Amino acid sequence: MAAAQGEVILEVNDLRTYFYTRTSVVKAVDGISFNLRQGETLGIVGESGCGKTMTALSLLRLVPKPAGRIVGGEILLHGEDLVQKSEAEMRQVRGQKISMILQDPQTSLNPVFNIGNQLMESLALTHKEGRKNLLQRAVDSLRQVNVAAPERRLEDFPHQMSGGMKQRVVGAIAMSLEPDIIIADEPTTALDVTIQLQYLRLLKDIQARTGLAIIFITHDFGVVARMCDRVAVMYAGHIVEHGSVRDLFNDPQHPYTQALMDSVPKLEEKVDRLYSIEGQPPLLWDLPEGCLFAERCPHARDKCQEYPPTFPIKEGHTADCWRLDPSW
Amino acid sequence: MVNGAAPLLELEGVKKYFPVTKGLIMMKTVGHVQAVDGISFTIKQGETLGLVGESGCGKTTTSKMILRLEVPTEGRVLVEGKDIQDFKGEELRDYRTMVQAVFQDPWSSLSPRMRVKDIIAEALVVNRKVSSEEVNDRVHEVMNQVGLHTDQAKNYPHEFSGGQRQRIAVASALVSYPKLIVLDEPVSALDVSIRAQVMNLLKDLQGEYDVGYLLIAHNLATVRYMAHQTAVMYLGQVVEYSDTEELYQNPLHPYTKALFSAALPSHPDMVREEIVLTGEVPSPINPPSGCRFHPRCPFAMDKCSEEAPVEKEVAPGHRVSCHLY
Amino acid sequence: MAIVALPKRGFIDSLPGGPAVTQGLAWARRYPLLPGFVLLFVLVIPAIFANQIAPHDHRIGDLDLVKRPPAWIGDKIAEQTVVQKQDRRVARQGEITLSSATRRMKRGTATFLEGGGDGTVDVGDKLRVVIRQGGTWTYPLGTDKQGRDILSRIIHGSRVSLTVSVLAIALGGGLGVILGLLAAYKGGITDTLIMRLVDIKLAFPSILLALVLVAAWKPGLLTVIIVISVLLWARYARVVRGEAMAIMNRDFIDRAQVAGASNFRIMARHIFPNLMNTAVVLATLEVGHVIILESTLSFLGAGIPRPTPAWGVMVADGRELIVAAWWIFFFPCVAIVLTVLSMNLLGDWLRDKLDPKLRNI
Repeated sequence: MAAAQGEVILEVNDLRTYFYTRTSVVKAVDGISFNLRQGETLGIVGESGCGKTMTALSLLRLVPKPAGRIVGGEILLHGEDLVQKSEAEMRQVRGQKISMILQDPQTSLNPVFNIGNQLMESLALTHKEGRKNLLQRAVDSLRQVNVAAPERRLEDFPHQMSGGMKQRVVGAIAMSLEPDIIIADEPTTALDVTIQLQYLRLLKDIQARTGLAIIFITHDFGVVARMCDRVAVMYAGHIVEHGSVRDLFNDPQHPYTQALMDSVPKLEEKVDRLYSIEGQPPLLWDLPEGCLFAERCPHARDKCQEYPPTFPIKEGHTADCWRLDPSW
Repeated sequence: MVNGAAPLLELEGVKKYFPVTKGLIMMKTVGHVQAVDGISFTIKQGETLGLVGESGCGKTTTSKMILRLEVPTEGRVLVEGKDIQDFKGEELRDYRTMVQAVFQDPWSSLSPRMRVKDIIAEALVVNRKVSSEEVNDRVHEVMNQVGLHTDQAKNYPHEFSGGQRQRIAVASALVSYPKLIVLDEPVSALDVSIRAQVMNLLKDLQGEYDVGYLLIAHNLATVRYMAHQTAVMYLGQVVEYSDTEELYQNPLHPYTKALFSAALPSHPDMVREEIVLTGEVPSPINPPSGCRFHPRCPFAMDKCSEEAPVEKEVAPGHRVSCHLY
Repeated sequence: MAIVALPKRGFIDSLPGGPAVTQGLAWARRYPLLPGFVLLFVLVIPAIFANQIAPHDHRIGDLDLVKRPPAWIGDKIAEQTVVQKQDRRVARQGEITLSSATRRMKRGTATFLEGGGDGTVDVGDKLRVVIRQGGTWTYPLGTDKQGRDILSRIIHGSRVSLTVSVLAIALGGGLGVILGLLAAYKGGITDTLIMRLVDIKLAFPSILLALVLVAAWKPGLLTVIIVISVLLWARYARVVRGEAMAIMNRDFIDRAQVAGASNFRIMARHIFPNLMNTAVVLATLEVGHVIILESTLSFLGAGIPRPTPAWGVMVADGRELIVAAWWIFFFPCVAIVLTVLSMNLLGDWLRDKLDPKLRNI
């Protein structure tokens, strides 16, 4: 399923985003690193609170101020560090180089403007052209996302459209400026199953046509299996396992990945009992010492009191777990 | 099922139409939202029926009618053989203790300003005369059953996590010794690793208390894990109904097949024939003629737009409404 | 480290007076309860401890000290020449009639500048006349035309304002909450009826309605409280109805119905406690409104009857003397403004803390 993979266009090294409150520091993202190639889909998988959305916001430098800050690391887009850029420079990056699709189509669109307006507003940022040209571009963007009769849909308001249609419009707006990377933050969670399939196929289609790179943030392994080339599993602000999608499904090494995959019921088989992980994810302002998953891990030992380094499993597949240490 | 005894829950040709009115001064009824258009099914004691379908199919409205939050426009809802709309007074109180619910959203389904012990005890306190001591004992009992600490009984809902709140919801559904619990997407709003906990809990409780479930879900894998029987709904009608295993091995209705193919694979190498449906779900105000699915059906024939299909039992316990059969 | 974001640094500072404003804002943010304290000292404590705090009896005045200005204002002196009083003509600027000069000399408020050698006042003498006497610290804010101490009257007046506010809001608010809740929960005819009542009530200009009602009864404290309650309930009902409807959409109401709870139980135990926030915020925002209403009514003579020193009454009394004895009018106004302002600020703060949805009220 992989499109032809090109060169690395995004390199994230040891990114850290912390939130400062009056009483504590919340380490939302605590030292993550990954690469993204042209035409590749990277999945970031994790549960709520693991830091995946904050990672996306950090890439776009949209971390809520003043409490949140990127405190370390670098984000190299085509070699340029986004962390160092000024706000004005970032405005050129957002939308044009990196764009984002959010989860809830209800709130992503402004209810008082018709979608033609919203599309053209976005297009007008880079295309200094007359209204007629912008209209044509708007129609083209809608056509790109398979909206039937796009000329007529321009006049529609968000409340007149279904969830699936809204998400497609959101996608059209995101892609209207032809970015290199799209970050999709759980875009199909609120959609029906059959609509979800339509939408995912659409994204794949667009990717094949334009060489777009996608960062797909999700908690659904089905989406990962269908869409992603590479996967990073996040837990409490860290990437605990990172590899190709086949590596992850065939040979998951981190206990959290394994537990997570075991706890999801599969359509193809009937089991008597699901594996369920004990306990709760740790509170991000009160993190334990050492491996953050140790308190819920069936394999934990004393060594786990120390945070494990990243161990290589094979080419392109790593995990942060002491079990991979030869001396385990 | 005990011979001669009525099933726990039975729906007979239940319809629910909501009037659509136009006009500011003279509100004229110009049409109806045919939310539920003639469905029938039964649930036996201690069994789970999974109700599957996408938004607009009428599953939520169905659950509301079973819970007596809505009145059917036509048809009957029978609990242990009796029409629930007839219940008054004592019988109504009995019904309320027998049929309970767990809702989808753990954040809005618990009264924010009530203590957890009061929330859990409500169904019992309202319907039965029990001493406060007995109530307390029962509340502690159910809290233990769902895996909550009893010393948290005095806390308020916002002090708990999503998974714990669903446990509170389950506890409050159990407190009155129900025979049927309506589970409306009980785990969709929870984190993946918590879902398994709650699903296992529900299964255990069913085994222990012989309670029946109506499980409303859109996730086919969840339904396979938990339901004995499955009904697939589309636009207010049941299009296929069968024993769960039979359905998953042998789906017959084109919509069911589309739903299965739309379910995402559990492995990247899994190749599935993807049936992509065209268009959107039509509006329930003006449903398509004949078979409601025909505009989107990849197998549609001429007959399908003219004549509504009759439900046939194609295999023992496996019913389908489709002209292909 | 700043927890709250201030507007872009530099912009306000660059305006004239800017740095002071920025400082003030920062200060206000650090001490959000300052208005609360102002309120305490202007309204609540004086109201409760009026008898202990007020320096003088507010009902009885010293007729020798009529219309004295506030303490920091001294005597007003003018140089005047004694002239013969012509028939019916008042002395012009800089002149004083013989008779009034003699009178003043006797009282001691005029002294000779020129021509005092012969010990008597004659036409042509130049005198130094105290046109208006200054204040003393015994009566720090001055006295009114009956010689009553303004400060004591203001302190006792706060009693009136507090009583009226608390009772009127309790009554009007209570009624409004119940009606709003009923309208939302029952819907249908009940809702339509109650909302039309609200519309009708809101269509009347408040003061007009109040005047009519007071005219129907007799003036008095109780009447004022009831009348103001009648003016208040409608706004409560409307807000509470909207809020209740939003609450009713949430799953826990369904859950209570499934549990078999009666309508009353649902309204009282499920919906009402979630309205408390809104009700409290609305109450604090309404106090200012009530005080102004009461003052207006008293000012118009339809409120608290004299001699009770309601602030509005004092303002009315002071109106005719605005030029000559401005303090009689001024200080009760300040009291009203301070109270209402701090109540509004307090209400804003409370609202932001408890219920940000009400921001546009």
